[in-house]
Amino acid sequence: MSDKQGWPLWEIFIRSKNGLNHRHVGSLHAPDAEMAMENARDVYTRRSEGVSIWVVESRHITASNPENNGEFFEPAQDKVYRHPTFYEMPEGIKHI
Amino acid sequence: MNEKSNTKNELFSYCLQLGDNSLILGQRLGEWCGHGPVLEVDIALTNIALDFLGQTRSYFQYAAEVEGLGHTEDQLAFLREAHEYRNYLLLEQPNEDFAYTIIRQFFFDAFHRLFLEKLSESTDSQLAAIAAKSLKEVKYHFRFSSDWVRRLGDGTAVSHKKIQQAVDDLWMFTGEFFQPTELEENMAASGVGVDVTALKTPYLTAIKDVLSEATLKWPDFEPNQHGGKEGRHSEYLGHILSEMQWMQRTYPNMSW
Repeated sequence: MSDKQGWPLWEIFIRSKNGLNHRHVGSLHAPDAEMAMENARDVYTRRSEGVSIWVVESRHITASNPENNGEFFEPAQDKVYRHPTFYEMPEGIKHI
Repeated sequence: MNEKSNTKNELFSYCLQLGDNSLILGQRLGEWCGHGPVLEVDIALTNIALDFLGQTRSYFQYAAEVEGLGHTEDQLAFLREAHEYRNYLLLEQPNEDFAYTIIRQFFFDAFHRLFLEKLSESTDSQLAAIAAKSLKEVKYHFRFSSDWVRRLGDGTAVSHKKIQQAVDDLWMFTGEFFQPTELEENMAASGVGVDVTALKTPYLTAIKDVLSEATLKWPDFEPNQHGGKEGRHSEYLGHILSEMQWMQRTYPNMSW
């Protein structure tokens, strides 16, 4: 979790504009949250990518185990009726 | 509104002086590219370097326009001699190590922020606009450098010792900020430039606040080095220019 200097890893989430969700953009090392925020600003928003930043120390993230992919995700694959694709969209409705 | 106005040449020289500060410090910070202590700090330092180059372009483009002799921003940057540069001596001092780089930055950022706050009220709309745009960048620079001063000062015994050394060694260059040249006096009198003498008190307060939070000792002497604003530089500037101007000197008029 930490590099050779003892700086922990942080996951960085950026909101690209108001109304959208924060999305994970990458990770970086920093000694604390404040510097993780400044580093994230410099590393991930210098091309105007964002209007808001979240930083979360990587150790606080619980990830699903790839070994469980079968029981976790495959049962959903043959249940097409869960997708809203069985009715016609009226004409004139955009952005769906 | 003051009746006094400046000559075209004064405005030109003033823009050059402002641009030279950004150019030389930007060039120094650029030397860190690929050598930062960690990847994130490397990117932060070069980001700041690019902010300075952007500011330089604004000042030089305006200077070239004011001069009206058809010179370009590149010619102003790459074809002048060392004695024609007007940057503060502090900014040409070598990077040495991370502590020196941070203290050089911190001493300048604290001044630069106060300076641009005033310049953004300039009666010259172009300079006011450049200052307002740059001020946003410089507020972040100050946040970055003062944050590192606190971290290194209040960090380990080694980081404390190194940053205290940098404070003691670079403090002597800060007095130059507040000793106006004749040009600066004339520019301030017309309302175009900034009265730098008025910035000294808020500057000392800002520096003292951060140094005390950082558990660092106040350098107990009056800063005595000056001359950069009149073109009297340390030997370092020649070395900076020989590297920075090499391409244009070797292949005159080349472009990308």
